[in-house]
Amino acid sequence: MLFDLADCRPMNVVVCVKQIPDPADPGALDPETKTLKRDGKLILDESDSYGVEMALQLVGDSGEVTLVSMAPNGEVSGLRTALAMGAAKAVLVSDDALKGSDALGTAKVLAKAIGRAGDYDLVLAATESSDGYTGTVPEQIAAVLGLPSVTFAKAVTVDGSTVKVDRQTEAGYDEVTCPLPAVVSVTAGVVEPRYPSFKGIMAAKSKPVDQVTIGDLGLDASQVGWAGAGQEIVEVAQAAQREAGEIIEDDGEAFTKVVDFLSNLKVI
Amino acid sequence: MAAVSKIWVLAEAAGGEVAPITLEMLTKARELADTVEAVYGGDAAGIAEQLGRYGATAVHATGDLGGSLLGVPLAAAIAASDAKPDAILLGTTQDGRDVAGRLSVALDAPVITNVTDLVERDGALTGVEPIFGGTQDVYTKFTGDAAKIFLVRPKSFAAEESGGGAAAVQSLAVPDTGATGTAQVVNRHVEERSGPQLDAAPVVVAGGRGLGEAANYQIIEDLAKALNGAPGASRAIVDAGWVPYSYQVGQTGKVVKPTVYIAAGISGATQHLVGMKGSKNIIAINKDPEAPIFGVADLGIVGDVHKVLPQLLEALQNR
Ligand SMILES: Cc1cc2nc3c(=O)[nH]c(=O)nc-3n(C[C@H](O)[C@H](O)[C@H](O)COP(=O)(O)OP(=O)(O)OC[C@H]3O[C@@H](n4cnc5c(N)ncnc54)[C@H](O)[C@@H]3O)c2cc1C
Ligand SMILES: Nc1ncnc2c1ncn2[C@@H]1O[C@H](COP(=O)(O)O)[C@@H](O)[C@H]1O
Repeated sequence: MLFDLADCRPMNVVVCVKQIPDPADPGALDPETKTLKRDGKLILDESDSYGVEMALQLVGDSGEVTLVSMAPNGEVSGLRTALAMGAAKAVLVSDDALKGSDALGTAKVLAKAIGRAGDYDLVLAATESSDGYTGTVPEQIAAVLGLPSVTFAKAVTVDGSTVKVDRQTEAGYDEVTCPLPAVVSVTAGVVEPRYPSFKGIMAAKSKPVDQVTIGDLGLDASQVGWAGAGQEIVEVAQAAQREAGEIIEDDGEAFTKVVDFLSNLKVI
Repeated sequence: MAAVSKIWVLAEAAGGEVAPITLEMLTKARELADTVEAVYGGDAAGIAEQLGRYGATAVHATGDLGGSLLGVPLAAAIAASDAKPDAILLGTTQDGRDVAGRLSVALDAPVITNVTDLVERDGALTGVEPIFGGTQDVYTKFTGDAAKIFLVRPKSFAAEESGGGAAAVQSLAVPDTGATGTAQVVNRHVEERSGPQLDAAPVVVAGGRGLGEAANYQIIEDLAKALNGAPGASRAIVDAGWVPYSYQVGQTGKVVKPTVYIAAGISGATQHLVGMKGSKNIIAINKDPEAPIFGVADLGIVGDVHKVLPQLLEALQNR
């Protein structure tokens, strides 16, 4: 996935990286806000590893990749992974007032954090996060920043001051062009993320992480966090579960059971 | 007294056909609001009749937007419109999410996403969203007084005609959006598919990584054809490039509710289950008895797909 940058001015890309609870351990709700608890160890959301890889390929060795993340308790472990892949620096927004933020609050915070990342040509994010998956944050960020955007990108190339995207659709895909600067959200599998080398992991330890509070960003608590989410959870209830049916060990004839099942349903 | 007085539903259409998700949301909106209208980014002349048949009394249409991606112009037009709806329902589709994101910022209003039901709770329109792999439902309402923006998952409601006449087409002015509205579609690629549409087929035969390699997907296509159904896939083999994205069933793919869903070599990850556990009957074939897919299967075969599927295909062809 190379790119041809007509003018050879170095290209800077900002990547939104979410740090999420390890999908292996079960999720839990915060009793107070009834939103997802995020106090355990957080890792780099696999969805965002594609954004980081795409950014590294687009900047090559001339430009710079800056990460922005919003996470509690000064969490940097996911950021360190992305820094080890080759990103140059990171802006981390960490503030107790952000607990329970909804997608809109998150987008407002990330847009301010992007503002601190210096000049950039492109902002990348994943189409949806692996835990919240509202899938609206990238577009909301673009709206807050007043930038054009292309979501659901399965291929991204930059040609001068235009980004060209193959955008996934229900029926196939559309070829989309968009002037830079812009926000693009990428789908999983858009590129093959590199594994951080030992050298990269060592170097990441000393790369700068600019940790800020919402005050540093000129935001106040009423706009963000659960207070700013403008929503109220009325109830959390067990969902009706589907009962498992008959499970059979194939003795070489189990396919006949499938045939009978289908004919009982008059499907064949 | 209805939960809200006026609901707008985002209409989406392709080839002159209104998308199923739009008809599903119109049907649900009729239960919740006195007035149900559609909003459309494009020329609505060709779909006004179909929208009306499902209950839209009007469709606010921008007119042809050229190649522009819908998110910016349509959200700007809705935000600028003085026909303020109390709530707007958008499908969890590519364009639905873009419009919802832009509109959320334009109105400074939150979005409630992944909605699988809409209910009234002490007079307030409340969204129901499954969490923790669909084991729990969260009921959420808005506290502000801006328009209530809901992103609704496909197949949450059954589409039923109301027998209404054609929706009155009303022009929806698009304000100047300057630099933000400059993303342009320059070419469209539609993946041709023979046989029934994946999200409408009575039978879906879906394959996963358990098939082992791309060439083995052919038997899924053959079984789907033999059963007059549609072939489907897990994300694992879409990402691996075995089949196109339009085959994908699940959280980021399509939601299907066929009479029969056959899952072959699919583990049953929550993100896959979300797209198919609403099927009337589920058959699973997996060599691992612990595979989560068996938790939702009406008939589970613990066995090797390379043995069971060819036997099944042969039996079907010899009937
Ligand atoms: C944000 C997000 C969104 C996602 N969206 C989707 C989505 O829309 N759709 C989707 O499907 N996934 C989605 N996923 C991915 C999902 O989490 C799983 O990774 C994926 O569904 C696994 O696909 P699979 O079952 O084919 O592969 P695996 O999980 O690898 O399962 C393969 C199965 O095949 C069985 N098997 C192997 N060999 C044989 C054999 N010879 N005979 C019989 N059985 C065999 C194995 O026992 C195993 O159970 C998403 C993930 C994230 C984080
Ligand atoms: N807290 C966060 N920090 C950094 N990036 C985020 C955060 N939340 C969302 N994003 C970005 O927005 C994408 C979509 O998130 P979501 O809208 O939650 O599905 C994610 O994949 C990230 O790229």
